[in-house]
Amino acid sequence: MRAVRLTVTAAATAATLTALAACTAKSDAKDGAAVQVTAADSRCETSSTSVPAGHVTLEIANKGSKATEVEILFPDDRIVSEKENIGPGTKYTLTAEVKAGSYEIACRPGMKGHGIRQKLTVTGGGTSAERDPKLDQAVAAYRQYAQDQADRTLPLAETFVKAVQDGDVAAARKAYAPSRLGWERTEPVAESFGDIDPKVDIRKPDLEPGQKWTGWHRLEQALWQKKSIGAEEKALAGELLTDLKDWKERVGKAEITPTSMANGAKELLDEVAKGKVTGEEEYYSHTDLVDFKGNVEGAQRAYELLKPVAAENDPALAKELDKQFAALNTLLDKYRPSKDSYDFVSYDKVGEGQRKELSDAVNALAEPLSKLAAAVVK
Amino acid sequence: MTETQETEETREPQESPAAGRPSRRALIGWGGAGLALGAAVGGGAAAMAHAGDDAEPAAAGTGGAVAFHGAHQAGIATPVQDRLHFAAFDVKTGDRAEFVAMLKDWTEAARRMTAGKPVGEGAFDGLAEAPPDDTGEAMGLKPSRLTLTIGFGPSLFDRFGLQDKRPAALVDLPAFPGDNLERTRTGGDLCVQACADDPQVAVHAIRNLARIGFGKVAVRWSQLGFGKTSSTTPDAQTPRNLFGFKDGTRNIAGTESGRLAKFVWVGDADTGAKDAWMNGGSYLVARRIRMNIETWDRTSLQEQEDVFGRDKREGAPVGKAKEHDEPFLKAMKPTAHVRLAHPDANGGITILRRGYSFTDGTDGLGRLDAGLFFLAYQRDVRKGFIPLQRKLAAHDALNEYIQHVGSAVFAVPPGVRDSADWWGRTLFSEEA
Repeated sequence: MRAVRLTVTAAATAATLTALAACTAKSDAKDGAAVQVTAADSRCETSSTSVPAGHVTLEIANKGSKATEVEILFPDDRIVSEKENIGPGTKYTLTAEVKAGSYEIACRPGMKGHGIRQKLTVTGGGTSAERDPKLDQAVAAYRQYAQDQADRTLPLAETFVKAVQDGDVAAARKAYAPSRLGWERTEPVAESFGDIDPKVDIRKPDLEPGQKWTGWHRLEQALWQKKSIGAEEKALAGELLTDLKDWKERVGKAEITPTSMANGAKELLDEVAKGKVTGEEEYYSHTDLVDFKGNVEGAQRAYELLKPVAAENDPALAKELDKQFAALNTLLDKYRPSKDSYDFVSYDKVGEGQRKELSDAVNALAEPLSKLAAAVVK
Repeated sequence: MTETQETEETREPQESPAAGRPSRRALIGWGGAGLALGAAVGGGAAAMAHAGDDAEPAAAGTGGAVAFHGAHQAGIATPVQDRLHFAAFDVKTGDRAEFVAMLKDWTEAARRMTAGKPVGEGAFDGLAEAPPDDTGEAMGLKPSRLTLTIGFGPSLFDRFGLQDKRPAALVDLPAFPGDNLERTRTGGDLCVQACADDPQVAVHAIRNLARIGFGKVAVRWSQLGFGKTSSTTPDAQTPRNLFGFKDGTRNIAGTESGRLAKFVWVGDADTGAKDAWMNGGSYLVARRIRMNIETWDRTSLQEQEDVFGRDKREGAPVGKAKEHDEPFLKAMKPTAHVRLAHPDANGGITILRRGYSFTDGTDGLGRLDAGLFFLAYQRDVRKGFIPLQRKLAAHDALNEYIQHVGSAVFAVPPGVRDSADWWGRTLFSEEA
């Protein structure tokens, strides 16, 4: 949880290239004939690969055995429009207003995964400048990562919530930190929605007067300090799950740009520097190092996706970032039994000298990371 | 820091043009001087420091620039500025080339900042997507006589294959009786002393060097000083310390080239093949000396004067009229500070003192966390600070009221000669 949430959205808005405007795109082209989309378990066929700009209509028929989801996607995988949960044997008509540019239609049988893709070229006026395809790929891959983290978090959150609702303090404590990992890895994306973060990840000192304390940390306090679960906690656990489902549904529409990815990586390190190194984030459970690792992993993922471009523009910076990510990860490994474990040492057992060492390593990485955005855009 | 205030690097500090108007902070100092006389510990000493040293030449050079290039580093014999930010760093990289590159980056940044210029491309230019090179808080401020002085600690010589270059004079300080050193205020692989007449200029300098250093070095500890306690300007009144006394009145002046050569600058006679790189340098001892302010303030005037061996009003030695009158040591109590510390009582041992009063607010018990951040330069620590402190730690009546809580020693290399030279070249460069 952090105060500045606007960076992703703001940066994205400025840089968005083929913006979809609900009602502003003016097209004198007649609305094209509907594109027939035949979705099945292992295919996704479209009747046309090119349509004029303006209102685009997809007539979708699910001929598979599973519920499916059909999306129109920007080159960076941001969703232009979508329809979820189209049952087997059913039909749906999806319309969207689309500017000229390159798009994809994705059918996602079972409503998961990358989906089966078909190209869709929208012709006509109103095109914007093209972005480096390598950067579009980076954004698309990062969005998929963010989606994947959200998808994988839900079952872990369900385990946590079930334990709370069963009144099982020990099981809930055990499930607490793992339920947060996916969130911590992709926090800047979640924060870009603005309304979810304050509900699920706010810490007690950050509450505004009159604000109700909900989310993970409220439950953390109950589990570790009060050591008891009451009716209120059980209800809050249910709310947490609802909010996390909302997060999962919205990741695909998040505004993500190369700049916001790079700044998001830096912000993850800021999170570590401000909340984790000090032990403020997990004040009751002392599971700060799990969040710490999650933040670093998420930052590293964003960096590695941008690296093909960054390394070309600023090879020295890429070299330094590789080195400092490795150094920080090596240092963090000292605090867990093995590299595939997330059972990190409780932060109250981490001494002052060790915290200084961690802080130094975070600074050593965060300073060059603050230059990544510039290396991506120049 | 506008372009019009740039100074040529060759300009002598004394010739810095009197700024068109005294700086805002100097004015505060002036006003404060009158008001603060007799005031309680806090700001009084700082204000008096202004009155003492800068009274006649009208806050003159306080806004100007001090030459960065020279045979010796600035910040030792150059006139003492009002404010200090001192930082000790630990080396984090094992790569010698990377460390040397940082020293060169630091030198360039120091060259610019001491001339009143921002680091790199400045605070407002550069790509909108990147943080600015300079942090910006010194924009619009004068150079403020900023000096930046680098030193290398004993532990640095355990790194980078430098074992053979460690000077014999760079000894680890022994434990002195009464020491209560805190790990987080002690030691360091290297240090930078930033002195300026404007505290924001000094803090800006350390902050920006620390930023350039991330990944290569990390700040181990740092100390702010708000008021000078020493002068290297002849004929000036010695500033008072937080006990309200003038101390170290026989300090070496920046103009006394004979005494500087004898007591401060390392010369050919001191060095051999392994430490010839120190020629023109000096050795720095830094000690954070906490003062028991509240108990001192409850001490009678007579005892206070006996403890120092001076009168409080004038700073005159016992039985004398003026601060700079030659002291008659035997007239003082055997444990009087001046009697124990005076060169005449120590076979002539003399150190150049450049300390600052500090207060870091109050401690958890509401006591002023204040004292003297002692800085002393000398030609050889073994013939300077160590024998002096051995004696003081054993006998000084002041020990009742002070405690040494931080400590460090550094080899301060010679000056950066010109725009191609860099901090530490004589130590790190193979062809040096």
